[in-house]
Amino acid sequence: MDILALEAKNANVADAEKKPTPKPKAKQPKKAKRIVYFEVEILDLKTKEKLLLLDKVEPTATVLDIKALFHKSYPKWYPARQSLRLDPKTKSLRDEEVLQTLPVGTTASFYFSDLGPQLTWGTVFLAESVGPLVLYLMFYFRLPFIYSPKYDFTSSKHWVVHLACMCHSFHYIKRILETLFVHRISHGTMPLRNIFKNCGYYWCSAAWMAYYINHPLYTTPLYGQQQVNAGLYIFLFCQVGNFSIHVVLRNLKQPGSKVKKIPYPTRNPFTWIFWLVSCPNYTYELGSWIGFTVMTQCVPVALFTLVAFIQMTVWAKGKHRSYLKEFRDYPTLRSSILPFIV
Amino acid sequence: MASSEEDGTVEEKENNNKKRTKSALTTAWLTFYNIAMTAGWLVLAMAMLRFYIKKGTHKGLYRSIARTLKFFQTFALVEVGHCAIGIVRTSVIVTGVQVCSRIFMVWFVASSIRQIQNEESVILFLVVWTVTEITRYSYYTFKLLNHLPYFVKWARYNFFIVLYPLGVIGELLSIYAALPFVRRSGMYSMRLPNKYNVSFDYYYCLIIVMLSYIPLFPQLYFHMLRQRRRVLYGEVIVEKDD
Repeated sequence: MDILALEAKNANVADAEKKPTPKPKAKQPKKAKRIVYFEVEILDLKTKEKLLLLDKVEPTATVLDIKALFHKSYPKWYPARQSLRLDPKTKSLRDEEVLQTLPVGTTASFYFSDLGPQLTWGTVFLAESVGPLVLYLMFYFRLPFIYSPKYDFTSSKHWVVHLACMCHSFHYIKRILETLFVHRISHGTMPLRNIFKNCGYYWCSAAWMAYYINHPLYTTPLYGQQQVNAGLYIFLFCQVGNFSIHVVLRNLKQPGSKVKKIPYPTRNPFTWIFWLVSCPNYTYELGSWIGFTVMTQCVPVALFTLVAFIQMTVWAKGKHRSYLKEFRDYPTLRSSILPFIV
Repeated sequence: MASSEEDGTVEEKENNNKKRTKSALTTAWLTFYNIAMTAGWLVLAMAMLRFYIKKGTHKGLYRSIARTLKFFQTFALVEVGHCAIGIVRTSVIVTGVQVCSRIFMVWFVASSIRQIQNEESVILFLVVWTVTEITRYSYYTFKLLNHLPYFVKWARYNFFIVLYPLGVIGELLSIYAALPFVRRSGMYSMRLPNKYNVSFDYYYCLIIVMLSYIPLFPQLYFHMLRQRRRVLYGEVIVEKDD
C-alpha cells in the first residue's frame, strides 16, 4: 500500500519539474534517481519532547539503522536499549522494519522509551546454569559452614547421593553446552533486573535441594534401589529426549533466516512426541525433574519440579498459541506440553 | 474495594440490560458483604469494650473474642476472590498479601501460642485492626450506596497514618514475644532425618516474617499515602469548581 503512496509522493515532489508528457526512454537516463529522503524526529514517549531530528534518512533504512543514528547522539542509549514506537499506545517496532514500508509520511515521528540496561539472553542463560552447577557441588563436597563442622569434606555413604550429584551436574553441563553450541536465540536482549530475578530463583532452588540431598542425615528412598533405578532411567531418557528436541529446533531455522517453520518428527524416536505436543522440550524437561524427584525422594525437589511445571506450561501455551496463529494448517492433534491434557 | 461498575448508559440496549443485571447483582452482594463485615467488627469492638469495662483488665480478653475474630478475619479471604473475578478493581496480590498476613497473625501467632495472648501488644493490634476495619468497611458500604459522608472518607484516608504504624508495632512485638515459646516447644517444625528429606523451623520462619516487614511495610504505607493524596486532593478540586 505504501509503495503506491510513495509513488504518489514521488510524483508530487517531482511535479514542479516533471513535464506533463513524459518520454520514458529519453527521460530516464537523464532524470537523476529520485530518492525521497525521510525526515525522522524522535520524541520522548512520556514527555513528548523532541529528542532528535534526523534529516536525509534513506527510505530503505531499517529501524535498527535509526536506532544506531540515535545512539550516536545519545551514547548512553545503545540500540538494544531503545524502544521505538509509531504511537504511544502501539507496540515497539521491530529492528528489521524498513522505514518506507511503515505507515508514515516523509516526516516520521517515533516515540522513544528506554528499556534499561540490557543483557543478551545467552549471558543470562549461562549465569542461570553455572550457578546451580557450582552451588550443588559445594554442598556435595560438604564445604565448611554448611553442615556441622564434623562433617566437613566428608562423603556420603549412600550411593544415591553420588548418583544425584552426577545427574544434577550432567543436566547443567548439558544446558551450558547447549546454550553455547546448540541454541539459536532469536530474541536479542532482556532487561538487567531479569538476571537477578532468574538467577536468584535458580541458584536458591539449587542450594535448597542440594542442602537436603547432601545432608549427613539424608534418608534414602523408601523403595530402595528399585526406586533409584526407576528415577534414573526416567531422568536419562528425558535428558536424551530433551537434547534431541533442541537439535531438531536448531535445524529448523537456517542462521539469519527469519522464516518460521513448524517442527516435525524426524527419524529419531525421541522426536516422535512432536505428533502429540508442540513444546516437547518442556515435556522432557519436566520428565527429567520428575525422574530426579523419584530418585532422591526429596520434598524441595518435588516443589521445584512443580514450580517448573507451572512456568513451563505457561511458556508452552504461549508458544502453542503463536504456532496456531502463524500457521493455518498447524496439526490439530498437538497439545502444548502434556499430550491430550494441556 | 471500590465497586468497578460503569453506568450502563453508554452501551447498546441488550448489553445495557445484561450489564445492569450483572452490576445490580454484584452491587447487592458487595453491599451485603461490606455491611456484614462492618457489623462483625463492630460486634468485636463492643465485645472488647464490654470485657474491659466489666473486668478492668485485658487479661483473658483475647480468649473471649478469639472465635469471632477468627471468623470475621478469615471470611475476608472472600475479598481476594472479588479481586480475582474482577468485581473489585484492586490488585489480587496486594489484597492477598494483606489478608494472608492478617490470617497468619490470627491463626499462627495469636491463637496458637497461648502464652502471648495476654500481652499488651496483642491488644494493641486488635484495637488498631478493629478501628481500621470498621472505618474501611463502612467507607465501602457508603460508597456502594452512593451516600458517602465526607467524614467517613476523611477517616478512611487519615486514620491509617497513625493506625498503620501502630498496628505494625503491635504485630511485631507480639511475634517477638512468641519467639521463646516457639523455640522451646518446637511447634510446627520438622527436623531431619525424615523420609521426606525436608526440614522446617518455625522459629526461623517467624524471624523471616518479622524481617519481611522491612521491605513490605513502607511500600504499603506509601501506596496508601499516594491514594490519600489522589482521593482527598481530587475532592478539593471538585469543590473549587462548585
